[in-house]
Formats: sequence, C-alpha cells, structure tokens
Amino acid sequence: MTEKCADSVLRVLDGLCPMHLVLDGQGLVVHCGATLRKIFAPIDPVGLALTSLFVVKRPRSGEGMQALLARKGKKVQLAFRAAPYTEMKGIVLDLSDTTPGCIVLNLSFGISLIEAVRSYNLTNGDFAVTDLATEMLYLHEANSAAMEASRQLNQRLQGAKLEAEKQAFTDTLTGLNNRRALDPLIARLVEKGENFALMHLDLDHFKPVNDRLGHAAGDHVLCEVAQILRKATRSGDTIIRSGGDEFILVFSSMPKQFDLNSLAERLLRALSQPIAFNDATCEISASVGIALSAHYATPRLDEMMEDADMALYAAKAQGRARYVVYSTALRHVSNDTATQQIVNGQASAGE
Amino acid sequence: MHGSINRAIEMFVRDSYGSKAWRDVVSRLNLDISSFEAMLDYPDLVTAQLVDELSQTMGKPASDVFEDIGTYLVSHPTAEPIRRLLRFSGADLGEFLDSLDELPARARLVIPSLILPQIELDEEGSDEILVRVQHDPDVPIAFGHVLMGLLRAMADDYGALVLLVHRGIADGHENIEVKLLAASYAQGRAFALGTPA
Repeated sequence: MTEKCADSVLRVLDGLCPMHLVLDGQGLVVHCGATLRKIFAPIDPVGLALTSLFVVKRPRSGEGMQALLARKGKKVQLAFRAAPYTEMKGIVLDLSDTTPGCIVLNLSFGISLIEAVRSYNLTNGDFAVTDLATEMLYLHEANSAAMEASRQLNQRLQGAKLEAEKQAFTDTLTGLNNRRALDPLIARLVEKGENFALMHLDLDHFKPVNDRLGHAAGDHVLCEVAQILRKATRSGDTIIRSGGDEFILVFSSMPKQFDLNSLAERLLRALSQPIAFNDATCEISASVGIALSAHYATPRLDEMMEDADMALYAAKAQGRARYVVYSTALRHVSNDTATQQIVNGQASAGE
Repeated sequence: MHGSINRAIEMFVRDSYGSKAWRDVVSRLNLDISSFEAMLDYPDLVTAQLVDELSQTMGKPASDVFEDIGTYLVSHPTAEPIRRLLRFSGADLGEFLDSLDELPARARLVIPSLILPQIELDEEGSDEILVRVQHDPDVPIAFGHVLMGLLRAMADDYGALVLLVHRGIADGHENIEVKLLAASYAQGRAFALGTPA
C-alpha cells in the first residue's frame, strides 16, 4: 500500500522550498522541488532511489533510510553522484506518523553555493525569496571587488615607497648619507666658495670578511665602520656610504689649525682595530685618497672625485692602511704607481 | 567626499574622453594629485570644482554630466563589476526597481564607509513609481541625476522600456518618476549569478 503526502504539504514545499525531495519509507523519491529538477535534468528523479542520486557523507553509519531518520533534526551531508559531485547539506523531517510515506529532505548548497551557481547555471528565480543565497553571492562578489581595489592601492603605495626610497638621501644599512647626498652638498659648498676636503675611503680586506663569515658579518663591519667614522669626525662633516665598502667624507668650514693629516691618521688607526663578530674577529683596514678644493680654480665634483680616486689608488699601491693627498705630481708617477700596485698585489698573494 | 565617488568621476572622464582630457582637468584645477584613490577621502570642495570644470568643458549643465556618469557606471566595460553587483538586485527591471531603496545598504556592504543618500519608493500605480532621493544642498553631487542615468542604462541592460522624468527637488528630495512601459522589450544583456571560474 502506497500512501501519498497530502497535497497541502506538497504545496507548502513547492511554494517555499525549491530544493526539497519527498521520500517514501524505502528511500525512493516521490516528489522533487523545481530547482533540484533543473539540476537533475534531463533525468527525472521521481521513482529513483535517493542513494542512486547522492552519496550520503553524513551520517557515516549508513545510507539506509533508518540512518537518515536517526539524525533527528541534525544536518545530513550529501554529494551528487554525477559530476561535479557538488556537496549539499540538508535536514530530514519525518512526517510519516501523521502522513504515512512522507519523509521530507530539504537541501541547501551551504558553502558550495558559489561553485554550484556556476556549475548549474542557477538564477535568482532558482532560490526562495527568503533564501539569502543571492545576497551571499552579492557579498562574495562585492568583497572580491573591494579586495581588488585595496590590493591595487597597496601596490601603488608599495611603488611609491620604493620610489621614495630611491630618492632618499639615507643609506638604510648604516644610517649614513648615500651617494645622492653628495651632488647637492658639493654644489652648495662650491657656490658659497668654501674651502673643503673630499676624502674617498675604501676598506681593505673587506671581501674576505663577506666570503668567510657571510653577509651578516659584512653588514656588521660596515655598521661598526660607520660608527667609527662618526666618532672620529665633527658633527658638521658629511659621511657618505657611496657603495659596497666605499665611503666619501666631506670636511668643510675647516678652521686654520684643522689638521687633515692627523685626522686621516687617526681614522686609519681606528679602522685598523679588529672588529668582533660573534666568536670571530674581522681584520680590516682602510685606504684613503684626498682631494682639496683649494687645489682648483673652480672645484668640480667629477674632477675632484677622479683625483681623489687616483690618490686612493696610490695609497692602496703603497701597501694599504695609507692615505694620499692628491697633487698634480701624482699624475706623473701614475705609471710607476701602477707597476708598484702589481708588485704589491703579487706580494700579498704570495703571503 | 568618499574617494570612490571622485575615482568614478575620474574613470568616467578617462574612459569617455581619454587620459589626456583627464590630465588637462587635473592641471586646470591645480590638483596636487594625478589620480584619486578610491579608498581615501577628499574635501567636498575638490569634488565641487571637478563637477564645475566638467560641466564647463563638456558644455552641458552639471545635471547632464551626472546622468552621463550614471550611464557610464552601468554600460562601460571598466565598470562591469558595478553592473554585475546591480544586477543582483533583481531578475528583471521590475524587481530591480522594487529593491531600489536597498541600494545605499547594498553599497555599504561593498564599501562600509560609502554613505549614499537614502532612497524611498512611492508606488503610484502598478507600473509607476516615484523614486525619492534624499538631497543635501551641501553635497556637491546630485545623486538623483546620477540615478537617472543609471536607471536608463539598467533598463537597457535588462532589455526593458522605461520613461524617466526628473521632477526636481521638493522637501529635501530629488523626485524621479519611473514608468515601466515594457519589462521585456528587447534582448538585454546576459547576466549569470555565477562568474566564470
């Protein structure tokens, strides 16, 4: 004997729950909501077993009707047997005590909603007016749009930050000025007609520190050097880390008794002290080339830098931890210096 | 003014008249930025000057500029995410009009800091409604006119035929008469709830 669900019950279900199934005691589908029909099309689910349409994920105890009915108001989880195997959640309502052969299973996509709408091409009309599915889809899309806008803003801010860093005058590792600070400084000094000294300082034996102890040790040494240079100079002097292990120092407003030679010697002595890094010791020194603005009718930065460089190479050639002040005489001995440099290089390689 | 509104005006100018036109506007107004950020706030005065400038260069009243912006927000490919969000409000234009009073709340769901004027609906007849948009004379945007342009474009989008009349400002509201002549008059543009993966 097959008894049917009352028409009034079916009308309620059809009117309010487009994703419901009515099952009989054996688990056969006897009625199906409009949206589920659309999803199953062209298959007509009526007359088929629930388990031929869905895999029952929960309850785990079994797929039979007894197991489903035993959930008693707790959610059940199903997945379509056909691709794309969308998961659904639902609730079972057993009306068979008053309406024999009427077990209602109402389903929802739950969190699979977004994929499901895509997979089954669902529209507003496929959801109950009271269902918040379309609002959830709206929110999901709104959220994506807003996230995209804020992602773009972050990207632009990141770009602006990099640009600002590029334009900044500070070396981020040591806190000293960077190379960009040099041009405006020299331009100002030249314009004011000030006497100044440009010192090009290059660390000796720095590369082995990096190679042997790693970049952390190298960075530590550079910061220590920066500290030593700060201590040995006056507050108005400018210290620039111009790259790698090279520094440029500019001394201006020099009083009559200002002794650049003793300052250079003091610097070299301080920089020859071993620097501790963890358990290791870093042995470095520095070579210095100096160009004096007084040497030029109109000092120009590129010319002074070139001359300070030449003096620096002469200092290196003399065997490190030395300083040389540029004079025109250097130009005449430059060939000898180059020879000497090679000789020195061989000597140190043979040590 | 919320940056997203200034940004919308900027994109309207860029997409309709080109980037050079926008740079010209920026230089004539002496703005110290080249582009608005949608997630920042700007003084109302900037928006007011922007609207004045556009009205002058385009040679049409500000109300027409607002309508063009409303139409742009629905019909231009750049603004596609906005069109899509609007389409969630209803399966057809009738439903869309019916939920027009939810628009400010829906906008807040997208951008919580974006406060749009309240919208009220008075049903005049079965296919005729009076849309009342709150009007604040201190705000440099006539949102009712933006809505006019937006509704016109949404009608096209749904393939519906409507008659729109702006009845001016009365007791603090811009009043717009909307008459739905045919809900499905033309094909309309495709819309699926799910976006392609």
